[in-house]
Amino acid sequence: MKVLARILVIFWKDILTELRTKEIVTLVLVFALLVVVIFNFAFGTRTGIEELVAPGILWVALTFGGVLGFNRVFVVEKENSCLEGLMLCPVDRSVIYWGKLVGSFTFMLAVAVVITPIFLVLFNLPLFLPRLALIIVLAALGFAAVGTLFSAIAINTRARDMMLPILFLPVVVPVIVAAVKATAPVLAGRPWGDVLTWLQIIIVFDVIYLVVATMVFEFVLEE
Amino acid sequence: MSGKHTLWNNVLFGLGLALMIAALYMVFLYVPTEKHSGIVQRIFYFHVPVAWVSFLAFFVTFIFSILYLWKRVMKWDAIAHASAEVGVIFTTLVLITGPIWAKPVWGIWWTWDARLTTSLVLWLTYVAYLLVRSYATEPARGARFGAVIGIVGFIDVPIVFMTVNLWRTQHPSAIVFEGGLASPMLATLLVSIAAFTVLYVLLTIQSANLKVMEADIGYLRSVPEE
Repeated sequence: MKVLARILVIFWKDILTELRTKEIVTLVLVFALLVVVIFNFAFGTRTGIEELVAPGILWVALTFGGVLGFNRVFVVEKENSCLEGLMLCPVDRSVIYWGKLVGSFTFMLAVAVVITPIFLVLFNLPLFLPRLALIIVLAALGFAAVGTLFSAIAINTRARDMMLPILFLPVVVPVIVAAVKATAPVLAGRPWGDVLTWLQIIIVFDVIYLVVATMVFEFVLEE
Repeated sequence: MSGKHTLWNNVLFGLGLALMIAALYMVFLYVPTEKHSGIVQRIFYFHVPVAWVSFLAFFVTFIFSILYLWKRVMKWDAIAHASAEVGVIFTTLVLITGPIWAKPVWGIWWTWDARLTTSLVLWLTYVAYLLVRSYATEPARGARFGAVIGIVGFIDVPIVFMTVNLWRTQHPSAIVFEGGLASPMLATLLVSIAAFTVLYVLLTIQSANLKVMEADIGYLRSVPEE
């Protein structure tokens, strides 16, 4: 239980910082919204186009918004040597990972909670979609697991923020593919069918990467 | 380098040269032209070995990344890094020879099936590996970060493959590759695979040795003059 308490302390620190500055969430929200709008112009107004491209647009918005947000997760620690301060805490490095993970996962959910209804309204889709909520929660967990790990690596390179999308996007391809494929029948109101298979892929990805990242994180935060 | 080391290097070089000459002879002169696709099908004898070697290279990077994080032997990191470099070169070749073969035979440059997409994602992942190592603030950090990416990236490969496979089974595939190779074709393929594997080993060893020497020079430079 002490481990859980420590994780929550790190998480609470991040929540407080974010609540006070509202930096990350605001910017990412606006960005994700803009992505949805721009894609709408990119794809034009042919009838029937919405059902084909809507799932993709939602997930591109969430993915790129997520990348922006995951950058901030460790960038804030770089200022004022906060990262060294964190590393001085007498805890396992993996506790730091999980603390940051809970923070970035929460952040992604916060963005999704705002963006998704707006997206559904813009595309004239039904608003009450609990299955979509499940897909988003599972995919956000996968994104956060990989994003938190790679954020710690990326901000320690000379290219800083710009390195994260290059690292992150190829690795999360399975989550993006599965999320889009799972979202399509849900948005169209069709029954479960394939959705479970795609969800299984996301769950397997989540489990594998949570375990691997936990084991490997201590090597990222040495010195 | 010690005398024994150079001897092995020379033996390997000789073997590689012989195999490559044999492979070139077999691919261009010995093997009969395939019925359906014609001459262009000969690219297959380069494409498949190069693809196999690229997977081998990234597997080697994976193993040596784990070993390096475990024991911190600098030579092992050099091998992991060198193998990733050679792997990226070979993956680039796969992505170039594939479309060259595909366009005349299938009529399309590219399709998003499981193997092609996984190769592309593999390429992207290891290019990111090389970029992180170049952009690292110090070599030691580059080595650690690289090792982490080498491990995480390789684990992704089967997941990507399975996911895209499932994704594609929902679309009808226009590509059918008849299995079963006539024995001259199989022999040519095997010789070619052997030639490219030896080439990979040679390139990786050379590159790894270079990295070790560069690190030594870097260390010597940092020692203050008296």
